[in-house]
Amino acid sequence: MDRIPILKFGNALLVTIQVDMHDRLATALEEDLTSRIVSNNARGVLIDISALEVVDSFIGRMLDNIAAVSRILDADTVVVGMRPAVAITLVELGLSLTGVKTALNVERGMAMIHDRLARSEADDADDED
Amino acid sequence: MAGQVGSDVASLVTRNEQIILPEWVEFQKNAGTLHTGRISEGELQSQSRNFLHLLRDALAQSGTDTSAAPYEAAKAMLTELSRGRALQGFSPSETATFVFSLKQPLFNALNRDKTLSGEQIASTVWSLTALLDELGLFTLEIFQKSREEIIVRQQREIAELSTPVVKLWEGILALPLIGTLDSHRTQVVMESLLQTIVDSEAEIAIIDITGVPTVDTLTAQHLLKTVAAARLMGADCLISGIRPQIAQTMVHLGVELNVISKASLADAFAVALRQTGRAVVKTRRIEGFALPEKSGRQDA
Repeated sequence: MDRIPILKFGNALLVTIQVDMHDRLATALEEDLTSRIVSNNARGVLIDISALEVVDSFIGRMLDNIAAVSRILDADTVVVGMRPAVAITLVELGLSLTGVKTALNVERGMAMIHDRLARSEADDADDED
Repeated sequence: MAGQVGSDVASLVTRNEQIILPEWVEFQKNAGTLHTGRISEGELQSQSRNFLHLLRDALAQSGTDTSAAPYEAAKAMLTELSRGRALQGFSPSETATFVFSLKQPLFNALNRDKTLSGEQIASTVWSLTALLDELGLFTLEIFQKSREEIIVRQQREIAELSTPVVKLWEGILALPLIGTLDSHRTQVVMESLLQTIVDSEAEIAIIDITGVPTVDTLTAQHLLKTVAAARLMGADCLISGIRPQIAQTMVHLGVELNVISKASLADAFAVALRQTGRAVVKTRRIEGFALPEKSGRQDA
């Protein structure tokens, strides 16, 4: 069974979805990501869906789930590059993914994650003082 | 019987064409078809002649049954004519007159025909009336349809025109909404906003609803959908231009927008600038706009 590759990128994980998502692939990705967040001690997850043209409620829920799971594991999820048609579909499906952060492209998404990391490190430093 | 009437009238028309045609054109002129100057007399002549020929052929082949195949050509011509007149701005009655005014010349021709008995004339008049009424109604129907098509097209054009997405600054878009937001327009607005967000890599979009006359629960829901979709794309939305009465209505209706809203577009723009790490700084006032100076010209 093919799986979606997960790339390590500093202390963030990068997932680019380049193929049509089907349900089994989505579940596999959810499982893989969870274990990789733990094994890599990742603080951010970046999911690039700029190549995704078709979404259904299952994929929408998967994104929500990944975000929820990674939040528990102290990692931020940023979904980047959503196409207009996909955004409209998700909204019409009633899935506004309130728990997920979004950014326009990978660059901005990375900046968001780094921003957050820098801020939390600063907080840590403050605590130590 | 019907076939008999058909061929009778067809031959009558053939024999009397030189009288019927000018008479018919005269009736149309009297009815005011040419007054508005939208079509020329020559055009009217040729349209009338064509239709008379098509009608004659159809009558000869299939009598007065307008659903028969031979009437297709005549109907096609009426369709074209009716559509053309709808576009030119003729009134419905002016358009229908084209067919209805053919009655009198035909009846006159029947009366002049000495070979027919009174009974025959009566039944032929009845068949012809029924036939021309049917064709006249057909013309009106097509006229109505064409007008509806025009209205639908205009609605679409208005919808497109009224949803411009304006770039205020690098990464800041404004969407001044004008008119009532229904679900169809929301769709158009959403699509054009999201596409512009992608194209211009905008971070913030300001939706200005100064031009939206009323905001009810449905409109609010549409606004929220747009905001949610923009957020999914990674852009923040601000709402501005909520008028006092509308704010009151929204509170009374229990509508909550759950987005940053500002009273005016200027306020929202200031927020957007701040969020993107920019600030507006007041500098020394420059009196008048200095045009780029041309060489060799020194005024004042």
